[in-house]
Amino acid sequence: MDLNVIQQYIPLYVEAAILTVRLAFFGILGATVVGLMCSLIQYYHFPILHRFVNGYVELSRNTPLLIQLFFLYFGLPKIGIVMQSETCAIVGLIFLGGSYMTEAFRSGFEAIPKIQEESGLCIGLKKWQVIIYILLPQAFLVSLPAFLANVIFLIKETSVFSVVALADLMYVAKDLIGLYYETEEALFLLVVSYLIILLPISILFTLVERRLKHVAIGN
Amino acid sequence: MKINQKEIILEIDHLEKQYEERKILNQVSLQVKKGEVIVILGPSGCGKSTLLRCVNGLEEIQGGLVSFNGWNVHDNKNKIYEVRQKIGMVFQSYELFPHLTILQNVMLGPTKVQHRNKEEVKKEAIQLLERVGLSEKVNAYPRQLSGGQRQRVAIVRALCMKPEIMLLDEITAALDPEMVREVLDVVLELAKQGITMVIVTHEMAFAKAIADRIVFMDEGVILEETTPEQFFSNPSTDRARRFLSGFSYEKVKEEEKVAI
Repeated sequence: MDLNVIQQYIPLYVEAAILTVRLAFFGILGATVVGLMCSLIQYYHFPILHRFVNGYVELSRNTPLLIQLFFLYFGLPKIGIVMQSETCAIVGLIFLGGSYMTEAFRSGFEAIPKIQEESGLCIGLKKWQVIIYILLPQAFLVSLPAFLANVIFLIKETSVFSVVALADLMYVAKDLIGLYYETEEALFLLVVSYLIILLPISILFTLVERRLKHVAIGN
Repeated sequence: MKINQKEIILEIDHLEKQYEERKILNQVSLQVKKGEVIVILGPSGCGKSTLLRCVNGLEEIQGGLVSFNGWNVHDNKNKIYEVRQKIGMVFQSYELFPHLTILQNVMLGPTKVQHRNKEEVKKEAIQLLERVGLSEKVNAYPRQLSGGQRQRVAIVRALCMKPEIMLLDEITAALDPEMVREVLDVVLELAKQGITMVIVTHEMAFAKAIADRIVFMDEGVILEETTPEQFFSNPSTDRARRFLSGFSYEKVKEEEKVAI
């Protein structure tokens, strides 16, 4: 392995890593919002809507992100919907992550006894206040391990973004291998980049989980 | 009696409640006057808890009327949130909010629903918690408290809303015997302060001590409504007599014991 080559490549990887993190951030944020809304629809069993949610969850979880991105990038323009590469990647990640987040939050909501909701109503809280002050925090705490696992999973899924012509980490590595045959250096930097992104997050999550353990749910 | 001249704050009139085909409450009528303590007795599944839940609109009803301070509880969907602020309810299983501290549990309603001044509410909450002997637990989480302590917090949480009536639904049924006392003492104290209460309980001695009136129910119907003295010494229905006899035991005599 040539250290000079590595040093030379680092700026390229930094740039790609920033792109990866940025897209992952918006994708995960969107997926969390979609997941919260869908899990609330399922929890309150909204007529018709919850069927849509069920369909969406199955469709999203049982197709690979790669295929979903192909569909968004090459399929949708056929019916006149053209998206930028970045938009495509974020929408794809939201579509995939939304279903995983839905499942995570759903199990959180289901763990809360019905009488907790009534207990909130009894002190005069409105239905939406019950959701905000009583259900959401508890559901979030219960689903925290699943949520954090999803975050890490989704960051790793970004490695297919290069198919929609984005210069992410994977793209840079493949590019360098193709151009200069510096396979070892390129792959080494690829692994290191993902570790630098994911390890701190993983450690932080472990700490968060440990801190919140004392707040047990249920009486 | 002086209580007769007081105003009626809760009126239940020919209340009907059913789950599918099963009638849970059948033509139940009851009036509660300000300052009165009513104890509802009856076997499990007789509809007494359901009756309490109908009073603050946690259950839909199929007929009759619940009127609180002249408001029809089941009439206007938005009014119910206002009504519930005036009705404190305590459950058998405490139902504190596990993700909030004791103080936050007590303050949630007054600050988020009644929009009262935070500092003022805090002062009052701490005072109330002190009165039930929990001043050291204000910053603890529910998980760290015993059942009896949690139930006292639940009572304080309801009280801090300054309710006009308290509904207590078998609040000691899930507690160990020695914790029952600490909770019931708090309720007795409330009765002395003249707080209107409707209590469902299986603690007969407590019922006798606290009640102005005993209501005895079975199979969704009120069978008796009388003074505790009358009810415990000379109930007028057979069903009540059988119910009461279930709480006393005859001594097993030495000679009756089967030798092993």
